Amino acid sequence: MNTEIKLIDNGKRLDGRKPDELRKINIEVGVLHRAEGSCYLEWGGNKVIAAIYGPREAIPRHTQNPLRAIVNAKYNMAAFSVDERKRPGPDRRSREISKVISEALENVIQLEKYPRASIDVNIEVLDAEAGTRCAGLTAAAVALVDAGIPMKDIPVACAAGKIEDQVVLDLGKDEDNYGSADLPVAISPRTGEILLLQMDGHLTLEEFNKAFDLAIKGCHIISDIQKKAIMKKYQSDVEV
Amino acid sequence: MTITPAIKKDYLVKLANSGKRADGRRFDEFRKIEIKTGIVLKAEGSARVKIGNTQVVAGIKMDVGEPYPDTPEQGVMSTAAELIPLASPDFESGPPREDAIELARVVDRGIRESEVIEVDKLCIEPKEKVWIIFIDIHILDYDGNLFDAASLASLAALMTSKVPAKRFELGEDYPLPLKEPPISCTSAKYNGVVVIDPALDEEEIAEARLTVATDQNGDIRAMQKGLNGSFSKDEINKVIKVSIDNGKKIREQLYNSIGK
Amino acid sequence: MSQDKREIVIPSQLLGEIKQKKAGRGTFIENGKIYAEILGILNNDSNYINVIPLKGRYDPIEKDLVIGIVQEAMSSSWLVDINAAYPALLHVNEVPWDVDFGETERYLNNGDSVMAKVLQVDREKKLQITLKDYNLYKLKDGYILNVEPSKVPRIIGKKGSMISLLKKYTKCRIFVGQNGRIWVNGSDDGIKKVINTIKMIENESLSYGLTNKIEELLKKDAKDVH
Repeated sequence: MNTEIKLIDNGKRLDGRKPDELRKINIEVGVLHRAEGSCYLEWGGNKVIAAIYGPREAIPRHTQNPLRAIVNAKYNMAAFSVDERKRPGPDRRSREISKVISEALENVIQLEKYPRASIDVNIEVLDAEAGTRCAGLTAAAVALVDAGIPMKDIPVACAAGKIEDQVVLDLGKDEDNYGSADLPVAISPRTGEILLLQMDGHLTLEEFNKAFDLAIKGCHIISDIQKKAIMKKYQSDVEV
Repeated sequence: MTITPAIKKDYLVKLANSGKRADGRRFDEFRKIEIKTGIVLKAEGSARVKIGNTQVVAGIKMDVGEPYPDTPEQGVMSTAAELIPLASPDFESGPPREDAIELARVVDRGIRESEVIEVDKLCIEPKEKVWIIFIDIHILDYDGNLFDAASLASLAALMTSKVPAKRFELGEDYPLPLKEPPISCTSAKYNGVVVIDPALDEEEIAEARLTVATDQNGDIRAMQKGLNGSFSKDEINKVIKVSIDNGKKIREQLYNSIGK
Repeated sequence: MSQDKREIVIPSQLLGEIKQKKAGRGTFIENGKIYAEILGILNNDSNYINVIPLKGRYDPIEKDLVIGIVQEAMSSSWLVDINAAYPALLHVNEVPWDVDFGETERYLNNGDSVMAKVLQVDREKKLQITLKDYNLYKLKDGYILNVEPSKVPRIIGKKGSMISLLKKYTKCRIFVGQNGRIWVNGSDDGIKKVINTIKMIENESLSYGLTNKIEELLKKDAKDVH
């Protein structure tokens, strides 16, 4: 990359956004026929699709928990979703993301209602442009609601980061690659509890607090978008 | 595994005896087909195809690499298919099973053997560098007839692909050199009737399956019989005719959707 | 039912306080407040705040009548899929036949369908069903349709009004399982009509005056044929 190109110039980022501005997000609920719940989400250049199967008896049996359901989230990137074709199959990065997403979702799902069962969450990234794990979790949450899974809240995720000494919301393409910190956060919007938190890069304590606040603000805006999308899908059933 | 009730099978057979199909289609009628291209910006070409409720996404990625030793001046193509767990309660994650492998190979052959991709035009440096084309098929929603959906999605993706020469500093991007593609149509036989574009419940009771790929002249370019039942010569002739007719319609729709 | 707007609620939505109302199904309590825990329709006509689910698998309740599909025949029982989160167990003692040990396949096999009753749901959600009741049996012929379990009450209708209409105008035998499976038997046309009508009810389940609308359509259809 040409090092003379600035990532942020006079408060304007490469794609024209302000430091606290989100990329455009679009959510569609119930897009698949076979899955019990599903969601298609576009976030900037990201395109992800999430599908839910279950609750159903967990197989193999040794994975069953006699007291509650387990959440099996599988995050996968399509071979054609990235610049250089990715070999199909889970790599270590996908498996780690699957794990942190599973854990975030387990926090809000009423697992005790389904002993010995598994709730299978499949997240497929069709087009990737920074922030796919946040997009994936946000889509999975909507798909869970669409599947009728009992939950205490609808989780949502958003990232903030640092580019050239400035803390910004929702890193985009290039900002992710050439920025100096990335902080994805997922919350339970009703209570504000943190369900997912990862950070890589370098932030002073002050920068961290700023980035964290920005990410939380982003989460709440996106939570609104999730809820509107769900209501839009089901409200039309009610109108005569 | 989801079990189909025996009653459902009996019902389909009963309907077939009165010339009907469960969803009201004629024996020679396809479900509604939707084709959308350019849906994955990261890919060199992409398409999403819906046949009824079956939904498939195909993406084309290209790279520069070594040619095969026996074809030193030809580009290389490779096809992979993923039956991701998203698409059906019965698909598991993990390495591809035979279904996914067969699907990829059938789609691959359809494109390769009919020389749709002009691989002679994809040589950069003989014996050293050629263009490698990856076709990746993702099944998103499984409701029968993956062969035709996957094949159509791959073609639509290829036909809107651009060779990413710029990224490799080999000049300007240009459209992937292609010839007229053959269109594949799959039929299934159950209880003595043969229907085109089997939906999931029809596939579940199919005894035999026949895929026929035809070109713009109505000539046959590929055939594949599957499953352990049999066809009479008469049935095969009928399938060929129905495939030519539907192939024409689908080809027209394909060209319209890519703006030709 | 009053002409109140049917309100859709989503998980985490605040519905009320335990000081004023009791928490019914589809809700949870936190810090004295009642919240929705599923996507559904709000029902707070009575002392209870309930959320009627719009989606989701069948939640088995003892005594419910269901349609099951046999998954596996074991030596003295069968495993039956009843569209719940778990398969149900049907023991040889709970069928009207005298089945010898290891002879289960002679009576019920993979893919066979049965009309059954939910016998028991224990704490670990282990399910048992029974065929020992006068109107329960193995199903033959006909067609099985799947609908969202949450739509079953609408398909049955108030005091069975909707289902009676269907039976009357299509002359079909219809059995609606609480688990979202519906068995239909009759003429080809009759079955087709039932399937199409039920699909319509499913799609418009929340609209008012649906029963009348369906009756008009069925009447008109019958007139057109004769």
